[in-house]
Amino acid sequence: MLDRITTLQDDTPILIADGLGKSYGRLRACRDISFKLYSGEVLAIVGESGSGKSTLLQLLSAQLAPNTGSVSYRMRDGSTRDLAAMGEAERRLLFRTDWGFVHQDPAMGLRMAVSAGANVGERLMAIGHNHYGKIRATATTWLERVEISADRIDDAPRTYSGGMRQRLQIARNLVTEPRLIFMDEPTGGLDVSVQARLLDMMRSPVGELGLSAIVVTHDLAVARLLSHRVMVMQGGRVIETGLTDQVLDDPREPYTQLLVSSILPA
Amino acid sequence: MNAPTYNFAYLDEQTKRMIRRAILKAIAIPGYQVPFASREMPMPYGWGTGGVQVTAAILGPDDRLKVIDQGSDDTTNAISIRKFFQKTAGVAVTTSTVNATVIQTRHRIHEAQLGAHQVLVYQVPIPEPLRFLEPRETETRRMHALAEYGLIHVKLYEDIARFGHIATAYAYPVKVNARYVMDPSPTPKFDNPKMDNCEALQLFGAGREKRIYAIPPYTTVQSLDFEDYPFEPYKHKACCALCNAADSYLDEIVTDDKGSRMFVCSDTDYCETRQAQGHRGSENASPFAESRHA
Repeated sequence: MLDRITTLQDDTPILIADGLGKSYGRLRACRDISFKLYSGEVLAIVGESGSGKSTLLQLLSAQLAPNTGSVSYRMRDGSTRDLAAMGEAERRLLFRTDWGFVHQDPAMGLRMAVSAGANVGERLMAIGHNHYGKIRATATTWLERVEISADRIDDAPRTYSGGMRQRLQIARNLVTEPRLIFMDEPTGGLDVSVQARLLDMMRSPVGELGLSAIVVTHDLAVARLLSHRVMVMQGGRVIETGLTDQVLDDPREPYTQLLVSSILPA
Repeated sequence: MNAPTYNFAYLDEQTKRMIRRAILKAIAIPGYQVPFASREMPMPYGWGTGGVQVTAAILGPDDRLKVIDQGSDDTTNAISIRKFFQKTAGVAVTTSTVNATVIQTRHRIHEAQLGAHQVLVYQVPIPEPLRFLEPRETETRRMHALAEYGLIHVKLYEDIARFGHIATAYAYPVKVNARYVMDPSPTPKFDNPKMDNCEALQLFGAGREKRIYAIPPYTTVQSLDFEDYPFEPYKHKACCALCNAADSYLDEIVTDDKGSRMFVCSDTDYCETRQAQGHRGSENASPFAESRHA
């Protein structure tokens, strides 16, 4: 009986978007977006600039309040809660423990003036860890996992290269072992070889920790490598959704066909 | 021409009333920064305009006022503020810590233990302990409201990572009444333990920043630290060269350009009281035994 309840919980979506809409004045950035994300699943949101991808990501991560619709999240205790009905304190706690947010620009997600160790340790200190040695040991482990050498632990991220900053940002987010991670163009502005390394590195924690992830990207290669499912957006609407291979190899909508065919052949 | 006439203690009664309301609110919520409509004072910002306004609001005709600057009664800032209240309020002034009822201070808490009949008023330049970690005031207020204080430990972590110990020596962050993290104004961390469970009322005024906060009597004030790097009050490893006190906070005075220095009490009243009691330090022998400073 107990086993049945656990399986039942795993069948419950971790995040449910229901009829999400957001307008900026007369501009409708997102309209009527609904989907379910399951535990361990990676969803890519693709589309051109201005299609509403980033707005959607902010709605999903409760950084923006939607005009219509709601977002529900399954908490660690198994109950599914409406994010808008939560208090701000609870939402912020969720944001720095159970969730991660990887910005396109690492300077937005990192504290550039404090050391890498403190950047990784900040989330731990925020939830009450109070032992310097243990915080530092955890930070060292995580830096090694994202392939940053442990002797750079006391250097500030402003001395890091773009790729290292992005990896540090990922380590900072994963240190509290979140269940859901939001990524906004995680490989934007990096050169191709660094992108490949970053993507390779992101695949392993996603597998090991059973992370769910929502990745916003305009790079279809990123979507193909990382995601299980793809949502294609145009003009604030979701125009096509399906399994990654299916959508990218056999696009149905004209816009998606255009998007797929506009990749330069290797 | 007539000499200008001031209301008692310079400020008008409506202003005092406004400041007293802020003070009462600050006492009701220990460590919380209460905004108030700070006035222009006849001195520049950074010279204690916040402390002066708090003092003006609580001063009565029967009070005896003491003003110290870095522990000393005879520096410019201390003298000018003392004279200001002598002129505008006509209150009695004193340099004796035990005789004073209101003590305004800049950057020190004096050595003598405070009593229940006393009020200590601090001059505060920057009331926000999170200021240099998070520059947005909207964000720091939210962090205080939700008691999200992970960031303050990031600062302490950085200290240990860089210097091997918590190198913050002044304005050392404290947690008041197990709730609000507070900047104790730039007092040396040597003074932090004196704020804990203190018998006297402690008021903090920041004039430029327009904030008042308070520690009511008998309130817990805990200096933040790590389990494996506990808080340690720092002082020079020396005795006062004038009164031989081993338990007071010492100023380092450079005496020549060849590296000689002497340490003397920063609290002048404490030092003079001890000398009057007959304590003598290494540079202050009885006249017949006095030798040239080497």
